[in-house]
Amino acid sequence: MISFSQVSKRFPGGFEALREVTFTIEAGEMAFVTGHSGAGKSTLLKLIAAIETPSSGSVVVNGQNIGKMSRAAVPYLRRNVGLVFQDHKLLFNRTAFENVMLPLHIAGFEPTEGAKRVRAALDKVGLLNREKAFPVALSGGEQQRLCIARAIVNRPSILLADEPTGNLDANYAHDILEMFKSFNQVGVTIVIATPDPSAARDWNARLLTLDHGVLTP
Amino acid sequence: MHHRQAVALVLRQFARAPVATFLTMLVIGVSLSLPAGLYSLLKNVNELARMARGEPQITLVLAANANSGAIDEIRSHLKNRGDIAEFRFISRDQALQELSKNAGLGDITAGLEKNPLPDIFTIRPAHREVESIVRLQQELQALPKVDAALLDEAWVKRLEALLGLGQKAVLILAMLLGFALVAITGNTIRLQILSARDEIEVSKLIGATDPFVRRPFLYHGALQGLCGGILAWAIVVATFQLLNGNVRILADLYSLNFHLTIPDAQDILGLLLFAALLGWLGAYLSVGRHLREIEPR
Repeated sequence: MISFSQVSKRFPGGFEALREVTFTIEAGEMAFVTGHSGAGKSTLLKLIAAIETPSSGSVVVNGQNIGKMSRAAVPYLRRNVGLVFQDHKLLFNRTAFENVMLPLHIAGFEPTEGAKRVRAALDKVGLLNREKAFPVALSGGEQQRLCIARAIVNRPSILLADEPTGNLDANYAHDILEMFKSFNQVGVTIVIATPDPSAARDWNARLLTLDHGVLTP
Repeated sequence: MHHRQAVALVLRQFARAPVATFLTMLVIGVSLSLPAGLYSLLKNVNELARMARGEPQITLVLAANANSGAIDEIRSHLKNRGDIAEFRFISRDQALQELSKNAGLGDITAGLEKNPLPDIFTIRPAHREVESIVRLQQELQALPKVDAALLDEAWVKRLEALLGLGQKAVLILAMLLGFALVAITGNTIRLQILSARDEIEVSKLIGATDPFVRRPFLYHGALQGLCGGILAWAIVVATFQLLNGNVRILADLYSLNFHLTIPDAQDILGLLLFAALLGWLGAYLSVGRHLREIEPR
């Protein structure tokens, strides 16, 4: 469960990215966060992943208050939150397999058990036959799917995606949203930031609209 | 399991840039070979000095009026002391006899009206340290009916002073070059951290703890130091082998059976541990400084 209450985020220099934002996303829900560029979508996702801390108000994720967590507790929260980035953030000196293995390696999985999970995740995103490829050898859509495989391999309860279809053509974008939908059907809470609100309507999902850092009804 | 993987990662990093890795290790090795070599050389000089000066010995010269009772008293005192390995009594008559036996001196001793020689004890101290020998000498000097306790003090003291100077020089050199090692390691680790910036950021985003991120760098520093230590040892051994031919010739000229001995296992172990520890320390300081700067945004 993700719960924002009266959350504001001001950056050094005075820019206020979010203002008095209050909402709750229940466990197993699928939500889209939409709004113009600079409306605060990314900041909202970063608060959920404890990449930023709120200036005021409280952000509670899986029962933990982000603003009051110790630095040492943050990694354990993040292991339960899968992150999909617009720029993928893949490691280019590692193969597809090794990229997806990284979260399991960090969480201390045995290599054999880990390898099974990695192949399952690669299979889900349709990259099983590309496990030995390096990210440079993959297309933009494949890189995005690899990023998704890495986000889900540790079976997080929450999946956050920041403009996951931003650089992709319409067909690819549709495939990827299908993928998120299927994860949601097995109980994963999904939050997707996108400038395009139509997807939410297509999927009959929850829609949160931001306008200059304020949540509009 | 994390530790094994961290070591494997470091070895892969070494293999990826073998020349740069080797050069860094060589710099560490050369830096460490100076104090290590000097230390080994001092040990050898100490050994040589011991060979040259033989056993330290104190000669107790008794007063001319020391009667047999006084001599027995001194004998039992010497027997009860723990810091004397062995002693021998040479009476004045014995001494005169020995003197007469020496070629050419018989005539002179025969012409003497009375024995001019004193009774003496020759004493071999149990300990080799100069301070304890000098203390022993001073205490024996204070015994009743003892004229003098003679020790070839000046020679021993001069040598010990020189060795002490050398040891201090080694210590200072080791400290200075130890700092250099920490700085060298810190710098290579800083470069490693910068080149692994993306990796660190991504790892933190997907739940890596600080110890997890830090671990490979610590191993990197420690392994680099260890390999530098091994190189330093190899440099010392090679140098000693190179010098030994000349040393043997020189020793033969002084009819000494001497050659430079390479550091023993204990010294090597100490050197390697020292190098690994300093490498680890350099990495720890560097990682501590630079890791917090890399936070995902």
